[in-house]
Amino acid sequence: MQEPARGAQAMNPVLSSIDLIAPASLDEALRELAADPALRPFAGGTDLMVQLEAGALHAGRYVSLWGFRELRGIHEEQEGVTIGALTTYSDVRKSRLIAERYPLLGRAASETGGVATQNRGTIGGNIANASPAADTPPALIVYDAELELRSAAGSRRVPYVSFHRGYKQMDLKPGEIIAAIHLPSRQTDPARDYYRKVGPRRAQAISKVCFAGAAHLDGPRVRDIRIALGAVAPTVVRAMGAEAAVRGGRVDESIIAAARTALLADISPIDDFRSTAEYRSRVAANLLREFLTALARS
Amino acid sequence: MSERVTTRIACTVNGRRVSFDAHPMARLLDVLRAELQLTGTKEGCGEGECGACAVILDGELVNSCLTPAIHARGASITTIEGVSADEDLHAVQESFLACGGAQCGICTPGMVLAAMELLSKTPDPTEADIRAGLSGNLCRCTGYRRIFEAVLDACKSLPAVPRP
Repeated sequence: MQEPARGAQAMNPVLSSIDLIAPASLDEALRELAADPALRPFAGGTDLMVQLEAGALHAGRYVSLWGFRELRGIHEEQEGVTIGALTTYSDVRKSRLIAERYPLLGRAASETGGVATQNRGTIGGNIANASPAADTPPALIVYDAELELRSAAGSRRVPYVSFHRGYKQMDLKPGEIIAAIHLPSRQTDPARDYYRKVGPRRAQAISKVCFAGAAHLDGPRVRDIRIALGAVAPTVVRAMGAEAAVRGGRVDESIIAAARTALLADISPIDDFRSTAEYRSRVAANLLREFLTALARS
Repeated sequence: MSERVTTRIACTVNGRRVSFDAHPMARLLDVLRAELQLTGTKEGCGEGECGACAVILDGELVNSCLTPAIHARGASITTIEGVSADEDLHAVQESFLACGGAQCGICTPGMVLAAMELLSKTPDPTEADIRAGLSGNLCRCTGYRRIFEAVLDACKSLPAVPRP
């Protein structure tokens, strides 16, 4: 019988076309990114290592950002809260600040993967992976998040809602990384926030539909509203039509009906191995009803 | 492409200083099993879904199939082999034995480490805490009931689990 291969011999053959460098500092990593526009960031590895094992990881060079303290942590600021891009799901899940002010984000973090995934998966990675089925982006859209993008040349801030340009397409320039997420101070009542992820099982599952909503009520009228969904379009989407159908009105059956019709035009779900377009449309509309009905009762 | 295939990585595994040459993106799982001969860490799905390969790295549960070797540099890692000394089992292991929490055994190393991580952070967990703490670890034999009972049993015999 042959001895099992060991060490380098047991190595995944894909690795021979891949390198992963681990600079000692963020500045050094940004310089490496500036020098090689093809260099790709690598954070906690919970997505890229899956692609590696599946033989689907792009060949080339990667730069590890894991361990840079300045990119990790949740900080209260004058105009809101800043979350470093390397902040893990576990960090978000355990944050009292997030639970009190931006509860949907805490919910999304606690419903993503198990503990081991939450300990390594990062919020910046969840954005950069650009999966339309990611669970934190709908919450980020509902909270009007902005992204801080950084390169060796400096940094800029962009609204998150327009960051994803198409399926896996992002508003990132060569050499730029996602450095932080800024959540502005809220006018809305966190107690009315709504989040629901629908998947094949409660834990450790990828969404068939993910829905996040927040509303600002003025008496019985809806002064402002945000609705965003995952897994129902090429990117996570803000449901502008459904929002418009509700904004300024008082939630009743006719508004719910109008919002449902508008929602179906906001989304463009597909049939794939996780679900069908028909199921996703129906569930999205039902979640909208659940959210609006709860608002009407509040 | 890069000419550098492997890099030297030094870390602490189960309290012992070790160093090895590995591709920086090699799976920690393969390094543990093939390079360090620590085959207690199991490979289940290889994609972070099942938790069979879980180890504790710098005090946190991670799936070693999703951890690149370079992230082990300078780290302190506990595998199932480091949980007990010889025949002297850890209280969590004793409870898994006593409650029938292990059957075929493939999920057990990851399950025990996940239970230890849970108890180190939540010494007096509710059943909901246990379900959430172990939700990343799949078992196809026990139906989970006996595993949850084992974790509850462990906290009775173990008021404060020392952090690994």
